[in-house]
Order: sequence, then structure tokens, then C-alpha cells
Amino acid sequence: MAGALGMCVPLMAAVLPEDRADAMYHSYSGGGLEVNGPSILARKSIGKHVSVWGNYYVDSITSATIDVVTSASQYTEERTEQTLGADYLHDNTTMSLSYTSSIENDFDAKAMNFSISQLMFGDLTTVTLGYARGWDIITATGSPNFEEEANRQKYKLGLSQVFSKNLLMDLSFETITDEGYLNNPYRSVRYLVDPTSYATEGEVYPNTRTSHAAAVRALYYLPYRAAIRTEVRGYTDTWGINGVMAELGYIHPTKNGWTFEGSYRVYSQDSASFYSDLFNAPNEFIYRARDKELSAYSTQTIGFGASYEFKKHGWGFIDKGSANIFYNHIQIDYENFRDLRVTGVTPGTEPLYSLQANVLRLFISVWY
Amino acid sequence: MRRLFAVIVLMLLLSGCGIQPWVKPYERANLADPIMSFSRDPVASAYINHVFEAREGARGAEGGAGGGCGCN
Repeated sequence: MAGALGMCVPLMAAVLPEDRADAMYHSYSGGGLEVNGPSILARKSIGKHVSVWGNYYVDSITSATIDVVTSASQYTEERTEQTLGADYLHDNTTMSLSYTSSIENDFDAKAMNFSISQLMFGDLTTVTLGYARGWDIITATGSPNFEEEANRQKYKLGLSQVFSKNLLMDLSFETITDEGYLNNPYRSVRYLVDPTSYATEGEVYPNTRTSHAAAVRALYYLPYRAAIRTEVRGYTDTWGINGVMAELGYIHPTKNGWTFEGSYRVYSQDSASFYSDLFNAPNEFIYRARDKELSAYSTQTIGFGASYEFKKHGWGFIDKGSANIFYNHIQIDYENFRDLRVTGVTPGTEPLYSLQANVLRLFISVWY
Repeated sequence: MRRLFAVIVLMLLLSGCGIQPWVKPYERANLADPIMSFSRDPVASAYINHVFEAREGARGAEGGAGGGCGCN
């Protein structure tokens, strides 16, 4: 049927991604956590059917988060992630394969990604199916005999649709299953010893987690040269977390090579069923967690970006380039995670915790 | 039965030929503009997706260029 359609409609065949290279400096600062480093991404086509790419990414981490200052001492570490990938284009079908390795002193992750995209119905519809598999090895600094594993699988379905000459929509679903050691080996929960004091014990998570996420995105070209971007995403998992995210963005290019962007994003989630800020007794439940990312909270993010396109008519082997700066400010308000830096009060009455983070991306891109 | 099957196949093929893209190739100038991309700069969108994934319980269906390291 698709073949029949292919013969009947005027086609503009699918194309490989553009040859380009990006060099980025990234920085995250908030809640006592400082993470920065480079990310280098380069892509080059080989002939008309194959495009290969590679990414080298580093996180240099200095952590004095609330978890760290209330239970341990500040630490620094580094995570290096390397990815190699290839895309193969045949008519309107693109097959993509990539391999990622992420290494830090106590966490080693490897992952394979495969996806296949088919452009159909006169280039108005793209269907994408994806599968990824990940293998993690978790160790713990200071515990030489500790080593655990976790395996992850991801199933993705995407549908991109041109609705009009100004409207593009994208629908995506993803199911992720994790199996193995899903705890953080350093984190603990707290429980009441008596009405005025508490003690701590290790977290215990289930050994499996399955999540489902669905997202709808839209891009609309305005009557003048600018675009509005919207996204709504829903999330649910077997740990009892339900989340919803919505984002609105505006992109405005100017005639002299600048593109400005602004965005506002909100997110909120329930807590996991085995989360508690303060348990009533040791070993109160089989599973227990006090990870603030498993608590109930809401997040607001504003973002600004500016890009300047240079050498638009080429320079040597370079077709064009751009210099870019993107800044995001994140505000997270926790609803049942309390600030244990405040002492001298009855356990469970400490003020609720909140954090603000600033995220910076500075990068240069060249097309060749 | 065989004739009915042939008629159905023929109808499907004809209806397939009857479907024309309602946005013609010459009407796609706006859609081809770089600002009409969900992931205009893959290096930047992969990073911000990673930041949100690390800070939020939800994961998956991020769209754009996902890193897929599988790490928490």
C-alpha cells in the first residue's frame, strides 16, 4: 500500500541529517551542585546513504547538595560519556544505530539504541520505531566489595505529522523497563526514634520499574517569520509516580542573522508510593525511599536563548556557522521533602525544601 | 471470492493513488525554515533533556536527540 502511494504522490525523498559540528560548554549550578564541562558533537555523511556521528561529553561535578551536607561531606567526581552512531538512508527509510558508554568512578553505563523511521504519504507523515537497551554497573566509593547491576530497555513510537503549511505536530510514546539494583547506594531514609529525634537507615527500592510516557508537541509558523512551540507530556510508572509537563516557547529570527528564543515550562509529580520524608519506625515497610526526586514537587523553568549566524556565504570548507547562548532558570518547590539543615525543631516540622538552579549552554556550530 | 478480493485490492490501490498530500511541496517553505525544528541544535537539546531527566522523576518521550546513556 505504501509502495502504491509512493508511486502516486509527488515525493521529496527523506534526507540525511546535515553535516555539522558543535562545541558546547555547559554549566548547571543549583542546590549545592555544580556541574560543568564540554560536549563535542560532530556528524559527517559518507556518500549519499550513510551519515556517522560522535559525541564526547564530560560532567565535572562538585556536590554539596542537601543530601550530601546532611549525611556526608562534599565531593568531586567526573563523568565521561562517549557515543558513536550511524544513520543509513534508503529511499524514505532511515535506520539509526548508536552505542553509548558513560563512565564515572562508581557508575558504569553502556547502551545501544536502534530506530527506524519511515517517511510516507507525500512526506507529510513520519513514523519512527525505536528500541534501546542499557547495562549499568553500580559500585560504591569506600565499599570495595559492593557491585550491583541494572538492565534497562526502552521502546519508542513516534508519529510526526504535517497538518498544514504552518503546523507540524509530533506524538511520541515511550515505555522503559528497569530491572536490577535501582537504589542510590549512598542515600538513606530517616525514621522516628522518639517524638524529638530521628535516626537513619539505608534506602530499599523495588528491583523493577516500568514507566510509560506520552507527549504531544506542536510547532506553528506565525504570519510573520517566527514560530510558537508547545509541548504537553504525561507520565506514569509502577512506583506510583504520576507527572505532567507543559511547555510553551517562542522563536523569533531577525533579518540580520540573530534568532531569539524564550520558553516557559512547568512540571509537577506525585511521590512514589514508598517515599516518605520521615518513617515512623525502622524497617517500617519493605521498600523505603527519601530521594527528593521521588517526592511530590512542582518545577517552573524559564529559558532565554540567542543565536547569531555568521559566515552565511561560506568560508573555506565551512558553509556557515552560528554562535549560541541559552540560559534556563529552574525553581523546584518540594511538597513533602523537608530541609534537614534546620535543626532544633521537632522532626517532621522542618521547613519544606526548595532549590533554584541556573543552567547555561554556550556553543559554536559549523556546517560543512 | 477471488474476484471480490481483486476488487478490494484494486479499490485500495485506486484510493491510495487518490490520496494527494494536502500540503503541496511548493507550499512547504515555512515548514523547511530552521525555526520549525523540534530539535534545532541536537547538542543543546540532548543536554537540557539530560538536566530535566536528572532533576525529575518522569522520563521518556522527550523527543529530539536523546542521549540514551541509560544512566540515572
